Amino acid sequence: MVAVDGLGWWGVPLAIFAGAIRVSTPYLLVSLGECITEKSGRINLGLEGVLIMGAMAGYGTSLATGSAWAGVLAAGLVGALLGLLHGLLCSLRRVNDIAIGISIMLFGTGLAFFLGKPLVQPQAPMLNAIPFGFWSSSPQIQSALQINPLFLIGIVLAVVLHYAFRYTRWGMQLRIVGDSADAALALGLRVLPTRILATVIGGFLAGVGGAFLSLYYPGSWNEGLSSGQGIIAVALVIFARWEPLRCLWASLLFGGAGALGPALQAMGITSGYYLFNAAPYVLTLGILIATGSPSRTLAGAPGELSLVRN
Amino acid sequence: MKPVEMVAPATGALELEIMGMSKRFGDVVALDDVSLHIPAGGFHALLGENGAGKSTLVKCLVGFYTADQGTVLVDNREVQIANPKDASQLGIGMVYQHFTLVPSMTVAENLVVARGALPAFINWHEERARLSDFMATLPFKIPLDKPAGSLAAGEKQKVEIIKQLYLQRRLLILDEPTSVLTPDEADEALGLVGDLARQKLLTVLIITHKFREVTAYADAVTVLRRGRFAGSGALPELTIEHMAEMMVGSPVAQDVAPRTQHTPVADVPPRLLIDQLCAQGDHGLPVLRGVNLSVRPGEILGIAGVSGNGQKALVEVLTGQRGKTGGTVLVNGLPYSGRRKEQTLNKVYSLPEEPLRNACVASLSVAHNMSLRNYDKPPLARWGWISQRAMRKQANGYVETFRVKTPGIDARIQTLSGGNVQRAVLARELSHPVELLIVANPVFGLDFNAVAETHARLLAARNAGAAVLLVSEDLDELLELADRIAVMSDGRIVFETPAEKADVRELGHYMAGGHEETEVMQ
Ligand SMILES: Nc1ncnc2c1ncn2[C@@H]1O[C@H](COP(=O)(O)OP(=O)(O)OP(=O)(O)O)[C@@H](O)[C@H]1O
Ligand SMILES: [Mg+2]
Repeated sequence: MVAVDGLGWWGVPLAIFAGAIRVSTPYLLVSLGECITEKSGRINLGLEGVLIMGAMAGYGTSLATGSAWAGVLAAGLVGALLGLLHGLLCSLRRVNDIAIGISIMLFGTGLAFFLGKPLVQPQAPMLNAIPFGFWSSSPQIQSALQINPLFLIGIVLAVVLHYAFRYTRWGMQLRIVGDSADAALALGLRVLPTRILATVIGGFLAGVGGAFLSLYYPGSWNEGLSSGQGIIAVALVIFARWEPLRCLWASLLFGGAGALGPALQAMGITSGYYLFNAAPYVLTLGILIATGSPSRTLAGAPGELSLVRN
Repeated sequence: MKPVEMVAPATGALELEIMGMSKRFGDVVALDDVSLHIPAGGFHALLGENGAGKSTLVKCLVGFYTADQGTVLVDNREVQIANPKDASQLGIGMVYQHFTLVPSMTVAENLVVARGALPAFINWHEERARLSDFMATLPFKIPLDKPAGSLAAGEKQKVEIIKQLYLQRRLLILDEPTSVLTPDEADEALGLVGDLARQKLLTVLIITHKFREVTAYADAVTVLRRGRFAGSGALPELTIEHMAEMMVGSPVAQDVAPRTQHTPVADVPPRLLIDQLCAQGDHGLPVLRGVNLSVRPGEILGIAGVSGNGQKALVEVLTGQRGKTGGTVLVNGLPYSGRRKEQTLNKVYSLPEEPLRNACVASLSVAHNMSLRNYDKPPLARWGWISQRAMRKQANGYVETFRVKTPGIDARIQTLSGGNVQRAVLARELSHPVELLIVANPVFGLDFNAVAETHARLLAARNAGAAVLLVSEDLDELLELADRIAVMSDGRIVFETPAEKADVRELGHYMAGGHEETEVMQ
C-alpha cells in the first residue's frame, strides 16, 4: 500500500475509520439479527454457519445471475431458511436452543464448504461502494469514504429497531414473548410462532452479513473467509445489552479495533502485528470484565433466554 | 364459532355460570364435575385446602388450561374460551397466583401491552396521559417508570390488580391476591374491587385462604375438596366454622396453636449477630443500610415491615443468595457468609419466600428437591455415591409426616400446588436438628390447617432451642409467634420491642416510616 504522503499521520485514524466501517458491517448485520432472535427468548449460536452459507450462496448467485444484489437477497433467503430450521427444531419439546445452534453452525459451515468448492476460482460481480468522498481531491479521503451500502442499511436498521422495540406493537410483543412466556400466554400471544419468526429474521440478516464477506470485503469465496464473526456477533449482543443502537456502537468499536493492526501495518509498523490483530478480543474481554458484576443481574437480558433463566 | 364478538360490546358486571367442569393431569384428577354460579355484581369466594383444585378451576375458566369437560355461560349464553385472549375479549381477567408481569418492562409498558388490541405504532405521550388519569382515580400509588421486575412482591400484586381494573374487566378472578399484601394493603385492594362490584361494574371471583377477607367482602362462597364440589352458601349466614368444616370434610377441632407461655429467654450469647450489615439490590442501589440485630437460642425474633424495605435482601444475605457490601454477620460467634459448609456446621436452615424460586429446583422431582440439603451426606451418600433408595425413602417419609399432596415423589416439584411446595420445603428444612432458622412469610398461600401446623412447627423448633428469625408482613402472625419484634424500614431496623409489650398502632407507625417524620415516598 502507498505510504503516508499527503496526510501524514492523519492517515492512521482515517484508515482505522475506513477499516472500522468495513470490518464492522458483518458484525452489525449479524448482531442486529441475533438481537431480534434473542429478544424473543432464544439464542441462535448457529449464525456462524448461517454467515458462511450466506457468503457461499451470495457469491454463487452473484456469479450465476451477474447481479451482486441478487446474491445479497439469495444469501438472506438461505439464512432465513437455516433460521427457520433452527426455529422449528427448537420448538420441539425438550430441545435445547444452544445445542441446536451448535449443530446448525457445523452443518452450515460444512455444507457451504461442500457446495462452494467450484466457486473458489471464478470472480463474481461485487457490490459497489458509494463514493462519499467525491468532494475531496485526496485519494486517501476518497478511498476512506467509499462506504458500502450494507453498512448504511445496517445503521438504518439499528435505528429503526431501537424505536420499533418500544413504539410498535410487534416490538412490544416480541419483548413480552422473550421476557416471560407466562405473561405472553396470559396476554394471549403466540409464543412459538413469534420465536420462530424472530429466528428467521435473525437468520436472514446473518445471511446478508455473509454476503458482505464474499461480495464486498474481502470479496471472494474461500474456506477461510470468516474468522468467527458469527460467533463474536452473538457475544456482541450480550455486550450491547440487547440494545440495537449499542449493537451499532459495539460493532464499530470492534471494527475499529480490528482495523488497528492493518492500519498500522500500512504505515509500515510491523512489529507487534499479531498483537494488534488480537485487539478486538482483548477489548471485549476487558470491557466485559469492567462492566460485569457478579452481584448484579445481567441488566436488560430477556428473561426467557436460556442464558439467564433460573 | 365467534361468540366473542357478540358479547363484547356489553359492559358492567357479568353473570357467570360454570357447569360440570372436569380436568385431569395424567393420573391426577384435579377437578371433578364442579359447577358454580355468580350473579352479576357478585363477590364470590372460592375456598378449599391446598391442592383442592381452586387454581385449576379458574385456569380452565380463563382458557389457560383446556378443561376435559364442562360448559361456561356468560350472561346465560354459552361461550367457548379456548385461550386467555378469548377470556379477555369477553371481559374476563385474572390475577394469577404467580406473577405475569413482564419483568424487564416498566409498569407503564406492562399496563399498556395488557390492553391487548395495541395499535401498530404506540403513541407513548397519549398512553401516559391516559395512564396518569387512571392512576389518579386509585387509592394507592405505583411508580410507573420502574421495571416490573424490581418491584417487591406486594407492589407487583397491586400492579396486577391495577392492570385488570385498567382493562375495565367485567369479571375479575383473583387467585390468592392478598397472600403477599399486608392486611392494610389487602383492604385497600379488595375495598376498591368490592366497591366496583357493589356498583355492578364488576363481578368478582376470589380464591383466598383468609377467612377475614371472606367475611368482610364476599357475599357467597363455594368450597372445593379434592377436586370436587364440597358445599356452598351465602354470607353472612355461613359461619367460619362451617366453611372450615366443608373444606376439610369433618368437624374442625378448635385447637389454637399451642402458644407456650414466654419462657424468658436465657441470657446467653446470641446465636445470630448482625452488625451494620449493608447490601445492594439487583440494580446496584443500597437496600440494606446498616442492619443491627441479634437472635438468641430459644427465641423468635420477628421482623415486621412493609414489603420492599429490605427484608427480602436480608433473607437473601443470610441464605447466601446475595453478597453483603459491608458489616458483619456472626453465627455462634464465627463469621458467616451463607456457604453450604457454614450452614451445615451451624445447622442453619431456611424457608425463604417464593419457595419454588428460592428454595427449589423447579424442574427436579419432589424426591430430589427434598434431598437438596443432605444428598452428599450419609445415609443418602456413601463414598460420594448417592443411594436412590435412601433418597426415595427419605422423601416418602417427609411426604407422609408433612402431608405433602403430590402425585408421587417423582413428580416435578413445579407441578405441586403452591401450598404443597411450601410443605415440601418445610419438611426438608425442619426434619433435622436446627440451630438457626431463617424464615420469610412462611404461611403465604397455606390453608388454615397448614397455617396452624406450620406455626406449631416453628414454635416447636424454638422450644427445642433454635434461634428463629421470622420475617413476616403479617403483624398478627408476628404477634402470635415472636418473642421480640423489630420493625424494618428503608433498609434499617428502626424499632424493637418485646412481643408482649408490642402495640399494633406503634408498630404500624414505624412500618410506615414514622421514624423519619416524613411521608414515605409512594
Ligand atoms: N400443571 C400440572 N401438572 C400436573 N398436576 C397439576 C398441575 N397443576 C396442578 N396439578 C395438580 O392438581 C391438583 C390441584 O392443584 P391446584 O393448583 O388447582 O390446587 P389449589 O387448590 O390451587 O391449591 P393451593 O391453595 O395450594 O394453591 C394438585 O394435586 C396439583 O398437584
Ligand atoms: Mg392455587
